[in-house]
Amino acid sequence: MAFRLNVNGAAYDVDVEPETPLLWVLRDTIGLTGTKFGCGIAQCGACTVHIDGQAVRSCVTSVDSAVGYEVTTIEGLSEDNSHPVQRAWIEHTAPQCGYCQSGQIMAAVALLMETPNPSDSDIDAAMAGNLCRCGTYQRIRRAIHRAAELSQA
Amino acid sequence: MTLIDTGISRRTLIRSALGVGGGMMLGFHIPGVEAAVVAPRPWTVPTDGVEINAWLTIDADGAVTIRVPHTEQGQGALTAVSMMVAEELDVPWESVHAVFADMNRHVNDGREYIVTTTHGSQLVRMQHPHIMRAGASARERLKQAAAEAWGIDRSEVTARQGTLAAGDRSGAYAEFATAAAGVTLDREPEIRAPGQWWLLGTEVARLDVPVKVNGGAHYAIDTRLDGMVYAAVKNCPVPWGHLVGYDAEAAKDRPGVVAVVEFRAEEGRTGPNHLQDAIAVVADSWYRAKTALDLITIEWDFGPEGEVSDETQAAEARRLWEETGEVSHEEGGDTLDVIASSDRVVSAEYHRPYETHARMEPINATVSVTDERVEVWSPTQDQTTALEIVADQLGRDRRDVHVNTVFIGGAFGGDGGGNTAVTRQAAVISEQLGRPAKVIWTREEDISQDKQRPPHYTRLAAALGEDGLPEAFFSRAAWFTYQGASRHGPATADYSIGTMPYRVANRRHERHNVAAHIPTTTHRAPGANQNGFIIEQFVDEMALAGGWDPLEWRIEMTRDLEPWQRVLAKLKEVAGFTTDLPRGEGVGVAVVEDHGSYCGACATVSVSRGGELRIEKIVLVMNSGYIINPLNCAEQMEGAACWELSHALYGGLRLEGGRFTNLNFDSYNLMRIDQMPEVETHFALSEDGWWGGVAEPGGPPTPAAVANAIFFATGKRVRSTPMMEHDLSWS
Repeated sequence: MAFRLNVNGAAYDVDVEPETPLLWVLRDTIGLTGTKFGCGIAQCGACTVHIDGQAVRSCVTSVDSAVGYEVTTIEGLSEDNSHPVQRAWIEHTAPQCGYCQSGQIMAAVALLMETPNPSDSDIDAAMAGNLCRCGTYQRIRRAIHRAAELSQA
Repeated sequence: MTLIDTGISRRTLIRSALGVGGGMMLGFHIPGVEAAVVAPRPWTVPTDGVEINAWLTIDADGAVTIRVPHTEQGQGALTAVSMMVAEELDVPWESVHAVFADMNRHVNDGREYIVTTTHGSQLVRMQHPHIMRAGASARERLKQAAAEAWGIDRSEVTARQGTLAAGDRSGAYAEFATAAAGVTLDREPEIRAPGQWWLLGTEVARLDVPVKVNGGAHYAIDTRLDGMVYAAVKNCPVPWGHLVGYDAEAAKDRPGVVAVVEFRAEEGRTGPNHLQDAIAVVADSWYRAKTALDLITIEWDFGPEGEVSDETQAAEARRLWEETGEVSHEEGGDTLDVIASSDRVVSAEYHRPYETHARMEPINATVSVTDERVEVWSPTQDQTTALEIVADQLGRDRRDVHVNTVFIGGAFGGDGGGNTAVTRQAAVISEQLGRPAKVIWTREEDISQDKQRPPHYTRLAAALGEDGLPEAFFSRAAWFTYQGASRHGPATADYSIGTMPYRVANRRHERHNVAAHIPTTTHRAPGANQNGFIIEQFVDEMALAGGWDPLEWRIEMTRDLEPWQRVLAKLKEVAGFTTDLPRGEGVGVAVVEDHGSYCGACATVSVSRGGELRIEKIVLVMNSGYIINPLNCAEQMEGAACWELSHALYGGLRLEGGRFTNLNFDSYNLMRIDQMPEVETHFALSEDGWWGGVAEPGGPPTPAAVANAIFFATGKRVRSTPMMEHDLSWS
């Protein structure tokens, strides 16, 4: 079945089953591999993308439900690592293996859009769905606080 | 083979400069998709450099490209190797670019990188001499080239920060690079001693960070090739069970399905990466393959292994506790006799279950087989292993096999997820279909089929003397390892217990290494993670029974051991250890040697009356002899602490009917951000001639410190994991 998706401001025509998770359309059909597969059941957050600015787990979001909305992936944040969250992530050396970090960053960006100056408990609530096996949580926490500063500067 | 345009070139070859601690500027040039990953000959990038030796090229503009033969798992290999070469070469850090070295060239051309595997916290501690020598050798050859051009002796030439000079003459390294490439030195130079370093020992941000904030880092699972097919696999839930039959009728006409492939174990090949019975569906997308696979009904014969469970293993361990095991260490007199005749005996039984790596990147492999050439993309800690696996499976000359080094989405031991049957599955599918093939295991397959950390059951006993200190100490462990003879079994079964530093006059350590069907392997800080939890809690049990303060006990019992004393003194200074707290609050300490480093932990916890645990803070003190990058070291210590807290507090694979039953993150739980406390890192370095590793030792002492703190808070001693399954309530 054919769908037109709007991803990072560009239109993509894809021909897949309507229940296909957005994750696999992004990765395998369109070729945007920055969004990662981690669990397939919305338990790890590695596949987090935005649909109209809301963080969603693309591994359990069917492609047909994204039609007509703006999908943003990690590749759509900036051309040059200049997004405040990316800058803060670099400044605090948040990533280690890096595999979960696309999802972490997209979750953090969504948090900051809703709560520009989050407390530690706001961060806990918004980020608890994003697993990091390398254990970079304290750097992620610092980077979110720093991104809040950079966004307001 | 044709390589497709991935359409994401703007994300590749990102060059940027960023400020780091100390104001140093960093340049970076990490191989992106077309640079070092998909390009057929990665070692030719960049193309305009002059190769001084296998480790580095120098461009006309002075850029130095350092080829890193190790894998990058986020532990900092790209940066550490580059720093060590740049230190000796003596070039501005901002002129340094890192790329992955070519493994095919290494394997087939004299193994010029000497060691390529990346495990055991050993890259810096064990490989620094030959890596630094590569930089020093290049520097001396540049000096020789300049000396010959200037008609003077090499001893008159200096080489600093990319410039060669003698008197009023000077020139950039790049000017002499071509001549230097042809120089043979009479004698290779010595490497710089720690006191002479200008770059090593400073805080340097890892080179791989920027490419990991924009989706640009290429992992094996991201590989996309022209004409590629995708495969989903159902392996036998009970490892080494047999495929009896299957009905693929419902799957074969599903959209996009290309083939159903049956894998069979091969006679006499029972290694952990050999093929086992399995069914794969191959399709034009992974999701189509996976949904079609779900429609296949499969009948398995699990054999007697289908009866094995946590309960049967526990019963076997208890039986073995009554039998003498292999003695791994013994000193003094008859330890068991001393304990038997003592009226001051402390004894306890501990248990740790199976744990899995659960790297965030699920186990996968991509292989492209053609008549001329085989290409491999694998999440492996040793690319040469992946190369040999594929060559072996296909019966191909290894000179034709090219492994493309990619970023790994977590490794944590076990040679990475690539050293499993998945790599052979991809090779077989690609060969059979004549197309590139990517196999991805679902998270459930990943957890079910990974090589696991072995479970164990350990009994301990000590007899205390008049001074309250132990005069006899005994341990007997039962471990369940693959085939009973895994190289990781005996060595790690009582590591940290048998190797504990505490002076006890009579000691005896025994182990039973029991054969089991579950494949097992190393798991970040093997042995030390399991046993650190045990020995360092039992130390508290002995200390408190003998009337000793736990921290003072450790200081007393390691009195002549400088590396331990240094850690314990620092811990006492910075961590605020105290036993004088009200119920519900506790502070605990622990110290464990791992990979040649000594790491102490202090945990502060609170536990509500209802039993709700909160870890307030972790303080770690590391003595690894030397460190070359304190920032990278702190990152690794934080990560290692979180790693082992995951398994001590949560984790715990459940074995039932021969198979694991908690196969995804809804049931195999790991630390999340709201559970993870701040880890504060301190260094107490001996700097007296020995080197320890830094990527793993932060793990072993941390859960023991937490458990000791829980004891002070609640009066409850938690001797098995997952700790969160214990009732911690108190009144």
